[in-house]
Amino acid sequence: MTSPTAHAEADVSDPSPNGDITPLRQVTVRFAGDSGDGMQLAGNRFADTSAAFGNDLFTLPDFPAEIRAPAGTLPGVSSFQIQIADWDISTSGDRPDCMVAMNPAALKTNLMDLRQGGTLIVNSEAFDERGLAKAGYEDSPLMDGSLNQYDLIEIPMNTITKEAVADKVSGRSVLRSRNFVALGFLAWLFQRPLEPIVTWTENKFAKLPMVVAANLAALRAGYNFGITTETSRSIFQVKPASLPPGVYTSITGNTALAWGLIAASYCAKLPLYYGSYPITPASDILHELARHKRLGVRTFQAEDEIAAIGAVIGASFGGSLAVTGSSGPGISLKSEAISLALTAELPLVVVNVQRAGPSTGMPTKPEQTDLLFSLFGRHGESPLPVLACATPSDVVETTIEAARIALKYMTPVILLSDNHIANGSEPWRVPAAADLPDISVPFASAPNGAGGRFLPYLRDFNTFSRPWAIPGTKGLEHRIGGLEKENISGDISYNPDNHQLMTDSRAWKVANIANDIPAVEVHGELDANLLVLGWGSSKGTMGAACRNLNREGYKIAYAHLRYLNPLPANLGDVVHSYEKVLIPELNTGQLRYVIRANFLKDAYGLNKVTGTPFYIGEIRDRILEVLES
Amino acid sequence: MSNLTYTRSDFQSDQEVRWCPGCGDYTVLASVQSFMTQMGVPRENIVVVSGIGCAARFPYYMNTYGFHTIHGRAPTIATGLATSRPDLSVWVVTGDGDALSIGGNHLIHALRRNVNIKILLFNNQIYGLTKGQYSPTSEVGKRTKSTPFGSIDFPFNPVSLAIGSEASFVARTLDMDRNHTQYVLGEAVNHTGSAFIEIYQNCNVFNDKAFIALTGRTERTSNRINLEEGKPVVFGGSGESCVVMEDGEARIKPTSSVDPDQILVHDPSRENPSVAFSISRLSHTPHGPTPLGVFRNISRPTYGSEMQQQIVDAQNRGPADLDALFGSAGTWEVT
Repeated sequence: MTSPTAHAEADVSDPSPNGDITPLRQVTVRFAGDSGDGMQLAGNRFADTSAAFGNDLFTLPDFPAEIRAPAGTLPGVSSFQIQIADWDISTSGDRPDCMVAMNPAALKTNLMDLRQGGTLIVNSEAFDERGLAKAGYEDSPLMDGSLNQYDLIEIPMNTITKEAVADKVSGRSVLRSRNFVALGFLAWLFQRPLEPIVTWTENKFAKLPMVVAANLAALRAGYNFGITTETSRSIFQVKPASLPPGVYTSITGNTALAWGLIAASYCAKLPLYYGSYPITPASDILHELARHKRLGVRTFQAEDEIAAIGAVIGASFGGSLAVTGSSGPGISLKSEAISLALTAELPLVVVNVQRAGPSTGMPTKPEQTDLLFSLFGRHGESPLPVLACATPSDVVETTIEAARIALKYMTPVILLSDNHIANGSEPWRVPAAADLPDISVPFASAPNGAGGRFLPYLRDFNTFSRPWAIPGTKGLEHRIGGLEKENISGDISYNPDNHQLMTDSRAWKVANIANDIPAVEVHGELDANLLVLGWGSSKGTMGAACRNLNREGYKIAYAHLRYLNPLPANLGDVVHSYEKVLIPELNTGQLRYVIRANFLKDAYGLNKVTGTPFYIGEIRDRILEVLES
Repeated sequence: MSNLTYTRSDFQSDQEVRWCPGCGDYTVLASVQSFMTQMGVPRENIVVVSGIGCAARFPYYMNTYGFHTIHGRAPTIATGLATSRPDLSVWVVTGDGDALSIGGNHLIHALRRNVNIKILLFNNQIYGLTKGQYSPTSEVGKRTKSTPFGSIDFPFNPVSLAIGSEASFVARTLDMDRNHTQYVLGEAVNHTGSAFIEIYQNCNVFNDKAFIALTGRTERTSNRINLEEGKPVVFGGSGESCVVMEDGEARIKPTSSVDPDQILVHDPSRENPSVAFSISRLSHTPHGPTPLGVFRNISRPTYGSEMQQQIVDAQNRGPADLDALFGSAGTWEVT
């Protein structure tokens, strides 16, 4: 394997072979195979053992929308990419340096991404006539010289697996352990410890001792295949990263979102109520939360998206920390109800794990195409706060912040994630619960008007939020609803001036949150001519591209937005202090539209909607282009 | 609870009631307010949730907690409230358009889950608030603004729908009969779980006299089939008609023509809903003999209590805290 390309996420010095060990600062590995080949398992175990070893890492699975496409076919290919490094990385890597292809279909659908000169590991026995035909190969690529530009390692995985597990399992189960052969070989190639994999396997299949035995035998067979047959090969070593001290766990964005909601309920001292309808890629949040009844979490799988948000509006009225989660198409269905929560002024977090649209689109692929929908996708004048998560390790904090704003300002808040964050994983430095912020708000407990009357729309002087009086509180019986309410009393009102006042009040309440959020931080060369501005999951790639260019001496500044509404109070000044602004986003220019509309500042775009995250190289090339323009 | 002494005015809000003069909603409001003085539940623990439509204004006139929500979705909001706050008495006030058209999906799911909510469906067989279009309970052939040549929609029978939706409590009453309304409300409140009550409600502006067969002085005696638990189902001024089960369906017969043992004895607690469903098919629209009363009343765990029980069971297995959660997927330390 030659050195990674210049587009990789770092200023990598050329690694020089050191005897049998080639040190690398980072490496990107992709496992590709049939959906039934266990590539997600192999990738996740490779990630775990790398984390235990001390590397920083970032993973990104990619699987077909079909549950079980026919085995061996192109649509049935599933993959898992991981970047490991000895320093603090923020992406799952651009082009893999090393790739495992379990069958011809996996090779055909993934090979174009493999870096030139990269290491290609194939299950040679899958390249039989039948396998080749299913993938549409006329001749075997293992034979026709088309793979000469790669460092090809052919492993007869079927035979190795059969021999390893012969005395443990039989029949159709035999080949199920093939992924462990591949995993074992990679563990050897990259000098990963086997213990974390062994421990996980023993726990996971505790009730199936024969499966444990078969998988571990296959794992060792793969490892030993490396030792015995590839003795002349240089192996790779990525040393532990120097991350900030602390306790770490590996976390996906969806798990982090679920944990963030549980943490928010702890910080708010309120029970959590999560209502949802299954939808890719948000369902895992529901699955994770449903496990934690011991922490008092109530989950409700509703009959549809509207019922899901309806239920959480009811729970919010009753005094819960109420949250609904979905993806774009489902959020569309919730739109009317979001406006109800907005005018009723009830706290709510609405999670949108964005996916490629419109309509069903590409449900398992990421996009950042719901920004304008989040800002404007409601009837009437209906502004609400919008926050976006950036990386899996950023999700818990951003989720708690979304809940804080919802509760303090009595408003629905849209919290954006996307498929890249949701299924990607990286190490997250675990906070102590005691160190988390207190975001609790008091319920109204006594009448706030003359003569013992309760006035549900008498606003707080500072936050402009209305009191939260929950049923069961004696003396505060009141009615709210979707009809316009009279200021202060909350009675139904068609008064023209009152509707103007209430519309202005709701807008001002949200706009005022700009004074309660941090200013946007600019990194890099602050006196540059170019500001690269991003939001959401492009943070890692964008930051890596900018840092690399800074190191090479290019003067660029960069900033990333967590708050999309209201925007940070200093953002207008920031964008106007740069001659050029470049906004990379996985859409056709939605933040660019917002920046132009808010600040009359033109901006360059880098936009794509291919269902894949940005490559560092893409952002780098566009930055250089804009610098020269 | 027994020391609660309420009068009807305790349940009247300070808002002016703005239904059309003569609307059946006034009578139902009075019945509900009177009933709640005797219900034994503190006023602050009662929540009335509504959707959109004439009936949906109901919460504004009740001096309880109230939430006027969006069209068809009241059962969802009530579901979230009732399952997160089992201590509350949660009521849904809805109409034939709200519950059976735009909100049909939520109604059937709330009923099958047995969420502990009381659903009052004001059925006037017309859209009133939008000024007179036909509804999902309007009879075929009905001429309205949106059906100038007559409706070609086959209507729902709300009681049949509720029974088919696995409802554990299903009843029907009539706006004009306050005693009967309060009797049915009492049965509904004594039932733990979702209660579905269809209330025939006259819209004197857009669909006047739709229920004349059951309210008219001359007609009602021969058309009201009062369902009473444990009693043979006979009706008519002198009990001249009765209901029997025959060939798998409920049929109306002259009482004199059948053996008294053959007359159906009403039992709403039958686990199998078939008989209750058959009774609901005696009339599809109330233009002839129509059953009123409690069709079905069975005991089944409520969704909210089951949800709560799972939490209690989980917590009984041992303590949990946030730090343990954060460490649950395995951790490593960087020094």
